[in-house]
Amino acid sequence: MFRNTYDSDNTVFSPQGRLHQVEYALEAVKQGSAAVGLRSKTHAILLALKRSTGELASYQQKMYRIDDHVGIAIAGLTSDARVLSNFMRQQAMSSRMVFNRPIPVNRLVSAIADKAQVNTQEYGRRPYGVGFLVIGHDKNGPHLYEFSPSGNSYEYYAMSIGARSQSAKTYLEKHFESFTDCTLEELIQHGLHSLRETLQQDKELTINNTSIGIVGPAGTHEINVAADGSFRILEGEPIEIYLKSMIPKDAPDAGEGAAPAAPAGDEDVQMAE
Amino acid sequence: MDHFPTNWGRPRNDAQDLYNTYPLHQRPNNTPKDVFADGVQRTQQPIVTGTSILAILYKDGIMMAADTLASYGSLSRFKTIQRLQSVGENTVIGASGDMSDFQYVQSILEELMIEEFTANDQNELGPAEIHEYLSRVYYARRSKMNPLWNSVLVGGKKDGKRFLAYVDLLGTTYSASTLATGYGAYIALPLLRSAVEGREDELTEEQAQKLLTDCMRVLFYRDARSLDKFQIAKVTDEGVVISDPIKLDTTWGFAEKIRGYGPQTQ
Repeated sequence: MFRNTYDSDNTVFSPQGRLHQVEYALEAVKQGSAAVGLRSKTHAILLALKRSTGELASYQQKMYRIDDHVGIAIAGLTSDARVLSNFMRQQAMSSRMVFNRPIPVNRLVSAIADKAQVNTQEYGRRPYGVGFLVIGHDKNGPHLYEFSPSGNSYEYYAMSIGARSQSAKTYLEKHFESFTDCTLEELIQHGLHSLRETLQQDKELTINNTSIGIVGPAGTHEINVAADGSFRILEGEPIEIYLKSMIPKDAPDAGEGAAPAAPAGDEDVQMAE
Repeated sequence: MDHFPTNWGRPRNDAQDLYNTYPLHQRPNNTPKDVFADGVQRTQQPIVTGTSILAILYKDGIMMAADTLASYGSLSRFKTIQRLQSVGENTVIGASGDMSDFQYVQSILEELMIEEFTANDQNELGPAEIHEYLSRVYYARRSKMNPLWNSVLVGGKKDGKRFLAYVDLLGTTYSASTLATGYGAYIALPLLRSAVEGREDELTEEQAQKLLTDCMRVLFYRDARSLDKFQIAKVTDEGVVISDPIKLDTTWGFAEKIRGYGPQTQ
């Protein structure tokens, strides 16, 4: 499949001024399953859809803890993600050791963006084939960043990456203005509604294929959360209560989801089969 | 694992890895070895030295004092050396010991602060971070058997919190409401403690300044490597202020009667 002439080497511009190898790397991110990130005044959260290779296989990990105050969700090549997350962990530890200070989240993201940029400019390299959503909190509050293989990194109110992430983005763009004042439960509900948009026709979110990452104070359904609201990943049983809080898609206001649902605890809405 | 892709795929060094047996993640550095390494001698003793630093907490922040002398052995070689240095907006450091090592530390701190400044993200390093950083620098150098020969006091005030701590050539650290290095740790520290401890939140700026001036005078009388010219630095919510050199008032009339000082011949 040769679509382009100027794509065998990432140091050569096409006559249109594009670097095709870098654009292919961005495609690799779109092959990975979706991840969504949202931010309120108090919390930043990640939600990701895990894939498994078959009935008998486990689900591939989509979220990594970097440090107490930082976590990431990935989309794309897991092996590249492991190299980069390992690097992020080292940077975070080094900041704690050298300055006794948790690394500012923006610097951590810039550090991997700088590494990725080198790979788009030097001969004999390939760009990373993975994109990250990074959440963290520092003295300026919670943050959400996107990192992509082109070496770009931006801060967002809400963002999605991965397969069919455009559908999730559409949801987020419609609702992001309400996120600022959301409680954690409402934020997760928005996140799940948004993540649901990326699913194929016959699929649904379950406790097995969904991961939720959180920084910020403990929510009403959470137990054993450190007082500083450090990063934690919810998977399996603990996310059942959040899945149940979703408004079914065929409900009148499904997908709109604008009205904050009643506290998830007393929710008796059943998921559509 | 080697995280710097610039090292990836570089040729092996046959001198160290003849049969390519090193796995990628622990491949040794391929840079040439320093052939003069054996001929290098490390610091055995300080050469041009500064004497004591004094520092205390007081009501509005911290105050630090140091004279302006750099001695060459017992010779008063340089009489106008500033041994107090501001680092960023909220921190001051003072160094005794080898002045060339201190100048080196000043240069790496300046480099660090420029790097922080260019990050431009409101995550400035405060006194606690700078102290931690210095302790790592000093400990790393002592671990290379090549110490930076100083005792340093780091003080500051950031986000309403006062900070005062010590670090030395071994990387030893501690913190207290009154600190002193060198001869001052013997002569001045007991005076400082009895005046400051328990009264850190009451001591006014004038009282603090008088206390440090009195201690500097005592040190000038008793420390043969000291000078009657000194500077006082203070860090408050308003930032760092380092004074111009202050001359001590001293009295030497009593020396007339002391054998060896006055005009007596025996």
